[in-house]
Formats: sequence, structure tokens, C-alpha cells
Amino acid sequence: MNWTIALPEIVLAVIGLAILVFGVLRKQDNVLLCTMLTVGGFLAAGLLVLNGTRGGGFNGQFLADSFAAFNKVLILAGASLAVILSLDFNDKQGIGRFEFPVLVLFATVGMMIMVSASNLMTLYLGLELQSLALYVLAAFARDDLRSSEAGLKYFVLGGLASGLLLYGISLVYGFSGTMDFAKLASLLTDPLTASPGLIFGVVFVLVGLAFKVSAVPFHMWTPDVYEGAPTSVTVFLATAPKVAAMALFTRVMCGPFGHLVGAWHALIVILSIASMLLGAFTAIGQSNIKRLMAYSSIGHMGFALAGLSVGTADGVRGVLVYMAIYVAMTAGTFACIIAMRRQGRAVEQISDLAGLATNDPWLAMLLAGFMFSLAGIPLMAGFFAKLYVLLAAIEGGSWTLAVVGVLSSVVGAFYYIRIIKVMYFDPAAGAFDRRAPSLSLVAGVTGLFTVLFFLHPAPVVDAANVAAQALFR
Amino acid sequence: MITTILFYLFATVLVASAATVVTARNPVHSVLFLILAFFNAAALFLIAGAEFLAMTLVIVYVGAVAVLFLFVVMMLDVDFIQLRSGFQRYMPVGALVGAVLFMELLTVIGGWKLAPQAGQLRFAPIDTKISNTEALGRLLYTDYVFLFQSAGLVLLVAMIGAIVLTLRDRKTSRHQNIRQQTERKVADTLQMVSMSLNAGTGEGDSGFYRPKPADLISEDHGHDDHGHDDHGHGGHDHGHGH
Repeated sequence: MNWTIALPEIVLAVIGLAILVFGVLRKQDNVLLCTMLTVGGFLAAGLLVLNGTRGGGFNGQFLADSFAAFNKVLILAGASLAVILSLDFNDKQGIGRFEFPVLVLFATVGMMIMVSASNLMTLYLGLELQSLALYVLAAFARDDLRSSEAGLKYFVLGGLASGLLLYGISLVYGFSGTMDFAKLASLLTDPLTASPGLIFGVVFVLVGLAFKVSAVPFHMWTPDVYEGAPTSVTVFLATAPKVAAMALFTRVMCGPFGHLVGAWHALIVILSIASMLLGAFTAIGQSNIKRLMAYSSIGHMGFALAGLSVGTADGVRGVLVYMAIYVAMTAGTFACIIAMRRQGRAVEQISDLAGLATNDPWLAMLLAGFMFSLAGIPLMAGFFAKLYVLLAAIEGGSWTLAVVGVLSSVVGAFYYIRIIKVMYFDPAAGAFDRRAPSLSLVAGVTGLFTVLFFLHPAPVVDAANVAAQALFR
Repeated sequence: MITTILFYLFATVLVASAATVVTARNPVHSVLFLILAFFNAAALFLIAGAEFLAMTLVIVYVGAVAVLFLFVVMMLDVDFIQLRSGFQRYMPVGALVGAVLFMELLTVIGGWKLAPQAGQLRFAPIDTKISNTEALGRLLYTDYVFLFQSAGLVLLVAMIGAIVLTLRDRKTSRHQNIRQQTERKVADTLQMVSMSLNAGTGEGDSGFYRPKPADLISEDHGHDDHGHDDHGHGGHDHGHGH
């Protein structure tokens, strides 16, 4: 058995266990050390992913191909950014405990297993490992009523989604006799022979995964959880798990059920259009910036799903580029949100940003850049993300998707640009507290990526291309 | 022949004890009969050749689950007489539901047909040459080792989560630091005081142990705020009482 193909996951899990023991034994001052060790673990795992062997193993339960590698690097990057951002925030909120990076680490291991799944059982175990850690993280500020509520809500609805997913998996297994992706794909080469029970199962699996990427109409948990969870958790929730869930969605739909594209194409198109429209229109009325980001992420998942609905390598390439840019934009925006702190208290209303341009021009400029990018203004990274996805949709003949996508991004531009208006043209409110260097670092790096992406997009796009080709080989 | 006799013996005891579990008036008796039922079920598994299942049944169900039941029954003050009070009234409806369920089960089982090639389609076919334990071990630790370990991580995360969300390190709790306790010397907490002649009990001028004043103790151990101070006070202080 070629166990080295899972080396990044194994190494990361062992590092996680070591950090856990270290944190328990060293009772004082362990937060900073454990956090740094976690980032080191992510770095080591990232290097192992890039230099690791490619191929399948563990009796077809695990597959490390270029597609998995691309997403793993993205997940590790998102998780590292989130962990670095959490350090300062948790400390100031009084929830700084060493279990935080450990839980993030195990959630990351779960996500890496998810994107490498080539068996429905592996898929489910990875998903549960990720979800369970995320439920706990959402309730991490346990003395805060909103955080506990967010954790409970996420747990109940996530449990429901897992149940639906499991039901779908059991139907697929019952009607096909296998859970292996490759065998399923070879069984289902002729869509006409697929039994209705199997299609039922596929639909249930799709619903379970749609919940995890928070696509409309399975998005209800997102605004409440984003708003209630500590911001350090929200930034994690908004980046890495979204990448993992979207990668899993793509792999399941294009891999084992790839030949059933006729059966699921319409469903994904509906999910995509509904997500884009809801993300654009409901965000307009929000006054809380975390809630606004939740609706914004629903809209962005709609765009990514538009790429997936095409079901071709070009579409998948669009999805991957979209997710890479989305992670950078979102992490940067949340770095700016974490910097919103007045007299030691975190503030999260949009009106609190008033006059930021005079109080802190650098932060205002970065946030304005992220908002332009999220809105999809040309030359910003967010524009290219939408461009690749919508181009693939047009080439695939989905004109409706492209038209709805352009229209909803016009509507969405309204509320993104409103934030810029509040920062630059509203009368100044009190200044924010001095921001921690870690926030400036994350916001600066992601800001540079977002603004300068158009100069040299080749590395990301080429890597996404290779990854997408691996899925369709 | 002997197997048949044993089978009927164990099966009779099993059914009888299972019936007693439901009908016994004392809930503790119910649990004890449940344990008897588990043991007989394990014996039936042994007869069927599933020795691993039999041992697991004994270890898991008798060793853990039944003991847990016993604890719950004994610790929760449930009034079982009151729980049963509506038995007569609800009996007809219950019997009706039971009968309908039974009929449905009969129809399903009556119409059940196994596909002729079902034996070969099994996900994990059993090699007849190896024992049950080995077959299960191969499945869990060789074929599905990756999933097995992932499931272990899921359980670990559940444990971390339970601790993170509920464990509170209360400031008022008195921890016991064993190292501090054993390294403690008499001089740390007590001082020798020479007494003037016949001032105390009249036993001569050898002096008496008495507790150090509180400010001296806090100078010696300014960093530990709780723990061993509670022990050893007053060991000898009856000496200057009068």
C-alpha cells in the first residue's frame, strides 16, 4: 500500500496531536507558541503537497492528483491567514486559548481529506471532521450568547445536511453496489441505464454539498453564523471550508456522476442563479458588515457554481481561479474588519467605518481595493474571477447564467461601493485603535495580490488549468 | 445433537429473560435480566460461529452499556409505577399499532427475494480460511485503515470540543500540587519560639511549635495562592493555648 500519497495529511495530523499535548502540558503562555507551530505545520504540509507523489491509494479511497493539490494549497493558505488573524483578535476578546489553532488544524486535515476523497466514505469522514471542528469553533466564545447561538444553529442545520448527504450516499450505494468514484463513473457511462433511485441519491448528495457551500436555498445558516461567531472564526469559515466544499462539489459532480450531467445540470443552474440574485439583493439592506459579507459570500458561491454547471474542464478552471481569488479578497476584507476596534471593543456596523479615509488612509485604501475587487470592477482580481467563470458559461451555451451573473454583479456593486462612500465621504467618527502588525501584514499581502493579479495571472490560471485537466482525464 | 440442545437451552433462557426485562416491577431486576439476556445472546453467537461478535457483545454491552443502565436506573429517581399508570388505557391502541407493524413486516419479508448472484456481489467477501477476528481486523486495519484513523480523528475533535466548550477552570477550586506538598519543610510554615520560663505549660524552656504569622508565610510563597497552605496548620498549636 502506497501510504506516502497521504503524507501531508498524516504529517499535519501528527503535528496537531503534538501541539495538543504541548498545549496541555505547558499551561501558561501557550497560545502564541501553539499558533506559530500550527502555521509551521501548515507550511510543512503545503511543501509536502507541492512535492508529494501523485496517484491513488488506500484501496481507491484516497486520490492525490493535481486537482487535490491545487485545492489543498489554497486551503492551507486560507487556514494560515485565518490563524494569523485570530491571534490578535482572540487575545483582545479574551478567548485566546491554544485549542483554537488545534481545532483549526484538525478542520484543515478534514478539508484536505475531503478534496482528496475518491470514495463516498472518505468524503463523508473528511466532511464530518471538518464540520465538527467548525461547530465547536463557531461557539468558541462560549460566554457570548450570540456565539453560542451561532454554534448551536450551525450544529443543528449542519447535522441535518449531513443526514441528507448520508441518505443520498446510502441510496447511491444501494442502487449501484459501490462507493468508489472510479467504479461509479464506469457504471454510469450511459445515463439512460441509471435507475431513478440512483438519481434520487445523487440529488440528495447534491443537497448536502449545497448546504456546505451555502448555496440558495440551503443558505439560511450563513448570515446568523457569520454574524454570531467570533470574527476570527468567521474569517476561517468564509475561506478554507468554502474552497474544500466547492472542490468536493466539483469532484463529485464531474467525477462519479460526470456522465449524468443531464440530470444535475439544471439543478446547479437553479442553485447558481438563486444564489447570485439573493446575494446581490439581500445584502443591500444590511447594516452589519459581517452579515453583509455572509450575503456576499452566498453571491460569490453562486458565481462559482455557474462555472461548475457547465461541467467542462474550462468551467472547472473558472471555479478554481474564482476560489483562489475569493480566498485572497475575503481574508483581506476580514483583516480590515478585525481592525475595526474602538476603545478595546470590536465594532462591526458599516456606519462605524465613517470617515476612515481621514483617520486611517492606508486601511481605507486597502478596504476600498477589496470592495472594488469583490464588486468585480475591471483590473481588480475579482473581475478576472467573474470573467473566467462567465466566459466558460457562455462557451457552454448557458446565456441565462451569464446574463444573470452580470446583472447581479451590477446590483452587488451598489452595496460594495456604498461602503467606500461611507469611508470617504461621510463625516468622520472616532478613530479606531492601533491595529496589530499581523493584521496589516495579512491585509497588505492579500491586497497586493488582489490589485496586482492582472499583471501576471499566469501562475494561478495555469495551475488551475492543470488541476482542471486532471479531473477530466 | 448437543448443539441443538444448547441452542434451545440458550434461546429459551434468552426469550424468558427478555420477557422478564419488560415485565419485572423492579427496574434494577430488569437491568439484571437484561444482562442475562445479553449473555445468552452471546452464547447463541458462539454457536453460530461468530466468536468475535459474541465477545464484543459481552464486553461492550454487558461491560459498559448495562452498567450504564444500572447507574441511570439507580441514580435517577424515576417513578416507574407512575410511568406504567396509563398501561391499561393505552393498551388497545398500542396493540393495534403493534399488529399493523407486524403485518407490514410479514408482507415485506414474505415478498423478499435475494438476487441469485447476491453472494458474489458483497462489498467485502469473506475468505473462509481465516477466522472472524482476523477478517474484521483485515478490513478495519488494512483495507480501511485510512477511514478508521480518520474516524479516530473525528472522535478526538469531538472530545476536544466537549472540553473546550464546557471545562471551566474555577478560581475558587483548590488544586492539589503534590510536589509542593512533599517538598514542604517544617521551617517553611512553622517557627521555633523560645518561651519565657513557665509561661506556657510549665514543661521547661524547650520551646513550642506554633504557626508562623500569616505575613511571613506569604513572603515565602508569594507565587502560590492556593494549595498546601491548608494542610499542616495547627499540628502543634495546642501548646500555647493556655
